Amino acid sequence: MNLTLNEEQRYLKDTARSFFREKAPVAALRKLRDSKDELGYSPELWREIVELGWSGMLFPETVNGIEIGGSGFGFKGLGAILQESGHTLTASPLLSSVVLGGSAILLGGSEAQQQAYLPDLISGEVRYALALEEGAHHDPAACAMTATPTANGYRLSGRKTFVLDGHSAERLIVVARTAGSAGERAGLSLFLVDADTAGITRTRTPMIDSRAAADMHFDAVEVTREQVLGTADGGFALLEQVLDRGRICIAAEMLGSTRELFDRTLAYLKERQQFGVPIGSFQALQHRMATVFTEIELAKSTVLAALSALDEDSNRVPLLASLAKHKVSAVYELMSNEAVQLHGGIGVTDALDIGLFLKRARVAQQTFGDSAFHRRRFARLCGY
Amino acid sequence: MNGAVNSMDDLSPGELDDFRRDVRAWLEANCPDSMRTPASDEDEVVWGGSQVSFKTEDHRLWFERMRDKGWFTPQWPTEYGGGGLSSEQAGILAREMARLHCRQPQINLGIWMLGPVLLEFGTQEQKQTHLPPMARGEVRWCQGFSEPNAGSDLASLQMKAVPDGDDFIVTGSKIWTSHADKSDAIYTLVRTDPEAKKQEGISFLLIDMASPGITTKPIELISGKSHFCEVFFDQVRVPQKNLVGELNSGWTVAKRLMQHERQAMAHLGDEGQSPYSLADMAKQYLGCRAAEAGAADSDATEIADAVMRDRVAALDMDDMAYKLTLRRAAEEIAAGDDALATTSTFKYYSTELEKRKNEALMAILGTRALGWDGGLSDEAGGSFTADELAVTRGWLSSKVMSIGGGTTEIQLNVIAKRVLGLPSADDSA
Ligand SMILES: Cc1cc2nc3c(=O)[nH]c(=O)nc-3n(C[C@H](O)[C@H](O)[C@H](O)COP(=O)(O)OP(=O)(O)OC[C@H]3O[C@@H](n4cnc5c(N)ncnc54)[C@H](O)[C@@H]3O)c2cc1C
Repeated sequence: MNLTLNEEQRYLKDTARSFFREKAPVAALRKLRDSKDELGYSPELWREIVELGWSGMLFPETVNGIEIGGSGFGFKGLGAILQESGHTLTASPLLSSVVLGGSAILLGGSEAQQQAYLPDLISGEVRYALALEEGAHHDPAACAMTATPTANGYRLSGRKTFVLDGHSAERLIVVARTAGSAGERAGLSLFLVDADTAGITRTRTPMIDSRAAADMHFDAVEVTREQVLGTADGGFALLEQVLDRGRICIAAEMLGSTRELFDRTLAYLKERQQFGVPIGSFQALQHRMATVFTEIELAKSTVLAALSALDEDSNRVPLLASLAKHKVSAVYELMSNEAVQLHGGIGVTDALDIGLFLKRARVAQQTFGDSAFHRRRFARLCGY
Repeated sequence: MNGAVNSMDDLSPGELDDFRRDVRAWLEANCPDSMRTPASDEDEVVWGGSQVSFKTEDHRLWFERMRDKGWFTPQWPTEYGGGGLSSEQAGILAREMARLHCRQPQINLGIWMLGPVLLEFGTQEQKQTHLPPMARGEVRWCQGFSEPNAGSDLASLQMKAVPDGDDFIVTGSKIWTSHADKSDAIYTLVRTDPEAKKQEGISFLLIDMASPGITTKPIELISGKSHFCEVFFDQVRVPQKNLVGELNSGWTVAKRLMQHERQAMAHLGDEGQSPYSLADMAKQYLGCRAAEAGAADSDATEIADAVMRDRVAALDMDDMAYKLTLRRAAEEIAAGDDALATTSTFKYYSTELEKRKNEALMAILGTRALGWDGGLSDEAGGSFTADELAVTRGWLSSKVMSIGGGTTEIQLNVIAKRVLGLPSADDSA
């Protein structure tokens, strides 16, 4: 495990920093929101991200001799990029399509499936979304949507919610139950399904963070056996692997946003005057900032440890994923609340960006399990 | 440990690998098995000094072997009895010791706090006189800074030193001086110019505890132990050659020493961590039940009380995050980066975390943690077990770490001002 970035990763981080600040500052998100943009992100920006090679970093260059367009650069590099995107609240399909969709295919797909699907995914032409959640809380085993066996495959019926970028994705990874009942880990399967397959209805659900998520209704959707990713009934382990990657990557993004809130608040404390002095000279505020600062440093260590574990394919990935997602979620919540309070009246206005971070924080916290979910999971993984 | 003196040039990765192999082999061969477990009790800890004592032969062996390597002070130059290691090599030694769970062969505040300061500010004669005995664990030093009216506001200290021929005459008192009654020498801050601004009239003076006119009086703590003292100085004669740094510039020396102290306290805090697993204790005292699906193994159990389980997990996670941060800081320093900051962050966080863990242990043990005395021995059916009593005492002891070495509030002041650059309303950091 190595908790610092190497030269190359650092360079990438600097590139990403200028890229997002220049091409997608927070004002860009505001514009997408105010224009009620359907997509929730800028397609031009997505094209540029692909051209920079950032959509291929998690994938090998070739699969059994066939080029798929990956660079094998790894998670620490991608994490650095996502962290920078957090500073500007930039939305893109990097998480939904590349990390979730791509990992599902890479980790669960047959060689043929990898060769068939990964090139379009990496080139950004086909976007993916993971249709998993069904209730108000992240709980993979609670999946109740059924996949009933038919003559040459399965018939999917049920509802999904909070499918990130779900309304615009061309292809879906759908989690459904081929055996067992809701709450059981056994009996889940993952399916690769074209989003325009007959029987699927998608509704965009406007969210507080102005990004796109969708509710979906599957009404007797027919899929073939070839559309199964990994093994039927045994999808839970694959799903957890995919989710852990998502958890760690979104934690990286959240860390960037938390730090941005910290920096903005710190600057405000030095500039805003009351009682004839900068408000940052009040010890009550100084101690709050020193406390969050320390918490952010701790959270950063957990994210780097988790990214590094992914790059090393370590068996500590699940534990570190839960550690990072718990810690970062808790600190982002704390920092977003402190940021609002320490800005005073202007902190609750829409004109100030702080509110945009606050809203994104709560969505990101709930994504792939909140703090409490990951404390439970951590305890279970530790054997208590 | 902190003497950042690199007496060797940068070594190539290959040479470092060789070094690692040699260190590993030496530790395997020389660290007795019984010294590869955490010290379970205070009397297991070896304090270097003229009154050094060893609970077992293994304690002595381990002490002597490490001493003879110069590894009490791995980074000090060999001419002062140190190991002469580079920071990379010292890092390797520390990691290899951690890997084998080797105990610290001795605890010696002189080495951690005074040594690095003497290396930086001491005269050649002072270094030659004081460093080698320290490196050999022969002299135990204590710290005479705090006074009854000078705690966090240390610069307001009043103990005075008046020049008299080749000596100073020192009069006044110190308080909270850890282990003063067992120490051979004391480094003090004394007022040498009562007229100057408070920080500018202070000097840093080394005093032999055997000097006529010094008396010590132990202070009993809430934990029932007594590790610190009041120290009274009545016309104590101290040679002027014991002045470290310039006359009236002791505050600069003291500030540097306090940086080393924070590091040592964070370090001691790590050593002084409660040896009890919160999860095991919670299972034992609050009961357990079959784990829900997905546990580590199929007959795993979990803490029955969901509220306590959550509290334990949160604490374990903070502990892990803290340790990862220590590790990251070490990597950043090794890579020559601006280390994320600050010993203040670590001192504050580790001592507060230790208090939270101890409070959780108290809650887990319930009334079983409220005993003061075993009364009878375990075997004779004493009312409280040795472990239970140790938890209680550990809880009381955990309160001191966030006060000594600069309180939590002072560390937060330091972070706010020095790290975050927030403006000062006063001079309290
Ligand atoms: C275990 C232990 C070992 C010690 N060993 C030694 C030793 O070997 N040598 C030695 O010289 N001293 C030693 N000390 C003393 C220690 O350095 C002092 O206790 C410490 O500096 C605090 O001073 P005080 O006790 O006078 O408390 P005070 O300074 O009176 O503090 C009381 C409270 O006020 C708060 N406070 C004070 N100033 C501020 C401020 N500016 N902003 C916000 N809050 C503030 C403090 O945080 C604390 O909560 C030791 C103390 C302990 C507990």
